[in-house]
Amino acid sequence: MAELDKKDEAVDATPNVTDIVKVDASTTTEVEAILDAPVDRGEPILQVRNLVKHFPLTSGILFRRQVGAVKAVDGVSFDLYQGETLGIVGESGCGKSTVARLLMTLERATAGEVFYKGQDITKLSGRALKAVRRNIQMVFQDPYTSLNPRMTVGDIIGEPFDIHPEVAPKGDRRRKVQELLDVVGLNPEYINRYPHQFSGGQRQRIGIARGLALNPEIIICDEPVSALDVSVQAQVINLMEKLQNEFNLSYVFIAHDLSIVRHISDRVGVMYLGKMAEIGTDEQIYEHPTHPYTQALLSAVPVPDPEAREHRERIILTGDVPSPANPPSGCRFRTRCWKAEDRCSTEVPLLAIPERFQGLDSPVAHESACHFAEEKDVVGAA
Amino acid sequence: MTIIEESATVPAPRAGDDKGGPLLEVRDLHVEFHTRDGVAKAVNGVNYSVDAGETLAVLGESGSGKSVTAQAIMGILDMPPGKIPQGEILFRGQDMLKMSAEERRAIRGRKIAMIFQDALSALNPVLSVGYQLGEMFRVHQGLSKKDAKVKAIELMDRVKIPAAAARVSDYPHQFSGGMRQRIMIAMALALEPDLIIADEPTTALDVTVQAQVMDLLAELQREFNMGLILITHDLGVVADVADKIAVMYAGRIVEQAPVHEIYKRPAHPYTKGLLESIPRLDHKGQELFAIKGLPPNLMKIPGGCAFNPRCTMAQDVCRTDIPVLHQVTEQDGTDLVGRGSACHFWKETIHG
Repeated sequence: MAELDKKDEAVDATPNVTDIVKVDASTTTEVEAILDAPVDRGEPILQVRNLVKHFPLTSGILFRRQVGAVKAVDGVSFDLYQGETLGIVGESGCGKSTVARLLMTLERATAGEVFYKGQDITKLSGRALKAVRRNIQMVFQDPYTSLNPRMTVGDIIGEPFDIHPEVAPKGDRRRKVQELLDVVGLNPEYINRYPHQFSGGQRQRIGIARGLALNPEIIICDEPVSALDVSVQAQVINLMEKLQNEFNLSYVFIAHDLSIVRHISDRVGVMYLGKMAEIGTDEQIYEHPTHPYTQALLSAVPVPDPEAREHRERIILTGDVPSPANPPSGCRFRTRCWKAEDRCSTEVPLLAIPERFQGLDSPVAHESACHFAEEKDVVGAA
Repeated sequence: MTIIEESATVPAPRAGDDKGGPLLEVRDLHVEFHTRDGVAKAVNGVNYSVDAGETLAVLGESGSGKSVTAQAIMGILDMPPGKIPQGEILFRGQDMLKMSAEERRAIRGRKIAMIFQDALSALNPVLSVGYQLGEMFRVHQGLSKKDAKVKAIELMDRVKIPAAAARVSDYPHQFSGGMRQRIMIAMALALEPDLIIADEPTTALDVTVQAQVMDLLAELQREFNMGLILITHDLGVVADVADKIAVMYAGRIVEQAPVHEIYKRPAHPYTKGLLESIPRLDHKGQELFAIKGLPPNLMKIPGGCAFNPRCTMAQDVCRTDIPVLHQVTEQDGTDLVGRGSACHFWKETIHG
């Protein structure tokens, strides 16, 4: 995977974000023209700003009133550069899958913006939204439930063409589907088979082929390998890396398995309870983590090396993730953090390069949302 | 918040309890399932043993027969369609397969207990956790409802569930995933068994909670000097807690070794491939090695070595002869204690 120079440049107060070139297009044809324009490698293709999603909690049957909200995503900002893989990790309930659904505009954001090529897609509707969705596709977690059991593989992979007929003319579709099967390493003759005739790994390949059908620029992968066996995971990961190079794709790779995320990602964001705790390149996050949550998360990952268990330091967090309906004040991690002081309960730490590391030309200088950020090598890689 | 310096203490095996043999020994166990489409041979001659205080990790992919073996030991296989055509399961020297249902029931829960993977579906959603925990004492020890509840609170304290007395009448859905798994552990521990079988105990949990649960399990195991059979597909978890490993493939044990050895020098191409195919947290590699192909269909297990269609070293002999579990030796011929590999070319794999 090619290194991207852009991401290492020092930037100002909100460092993981570059300025947005906003594009105002009034008519749908103008929007479509903008969306068709290519983006250079290393330029931001997707820019997320203060994304918020609150699910309302209501009570009462006749007179429903809102009594609160589950703050699933509460102010998340990041950039996705063309051709890179951005990994998003976090425990269950931290909002990483909601982010995926927001990027796909499967959910409407409560607040915040998602700029795709300078166009705020959270405000789009109708034809313009349809055009955006063509370029952002998704691969789902569970290959057993994300494929319709009553449709043949050919119908499943060809379905995107029904919605976007401009991509493949009618007479040409069968051949296109067979090409896609070949690309993901399945026998093109399997076009008339049903999903149950395939194993888990093969089904995930079908899911990937469906994601590729419309030649998208961005693929959002929500836990694409966590339902697969170890020996098959490697096959699918290798396939995804190959396809990225071949079709110049940008991935948002959401997973809870930190080892896999490290393997595939150029940059990694760590989420906790609806907020980004730390974001940086894979080296910055894995070898120089500065946020205590990242450190705890990394130290808890079992390493397949019994020699390491004697000298690895482990941080075991107590308790569970608090409810996102009623998150702690100030820093959300403070209830499980061993560094927490009074300041943490009153002041929300911002996602920025911590003051003490600013201006340093070292991997520690990356954005971390902690008042008491300090480096700690927990992986034992150095 | 505790920061724990990880130090592995290998528990001393309990000196021969009554007969001197291992706590549990599985000998040449076969399990098959008779279905409409044919006979699925899930387990094809498994041998392993566990001592008191020892942790055996059984590693394998889905369909390798690791869970079926455990169910056969517990005596909770559905029969029919399941069938055990041959084999012995010796618990303290007595063959459990020859026991009456009554005798087995006395062992199950009291001497051998099991922790299941998915705590939400393993617990009864319409009974309070206190009632379910107390059931062990009511049924096996004949305690009254009141005494059983007191015992249940004690158990919940022991597995570190906060405010146990207040939560004893809560229902399973009111607990988080990690807490539910603790309740499963508490239930297995209730009668202080000699052996615990944990079937993927942490697979459904987040890493931070997984570490809490595995730590608790290891601590309780030391306290009670129990044997533990840990069934998992996660090579990382195994490295953290196991004393010895048995790797299963298509219903057979393909490699057996003490935990330190196997990661350093695998002696079977399957184990080797598995180790190379997992991404590592502590270093970033290039392309991952992938074992080609798929695990076999248990109704049509390939002839010879079951792994031969996926193996890079396969030769003609692999397609015709089933390899036995060879004793693995150093290059000069000295035996490596506790190591075995069911590969015709184990020498080449480990030394080549």
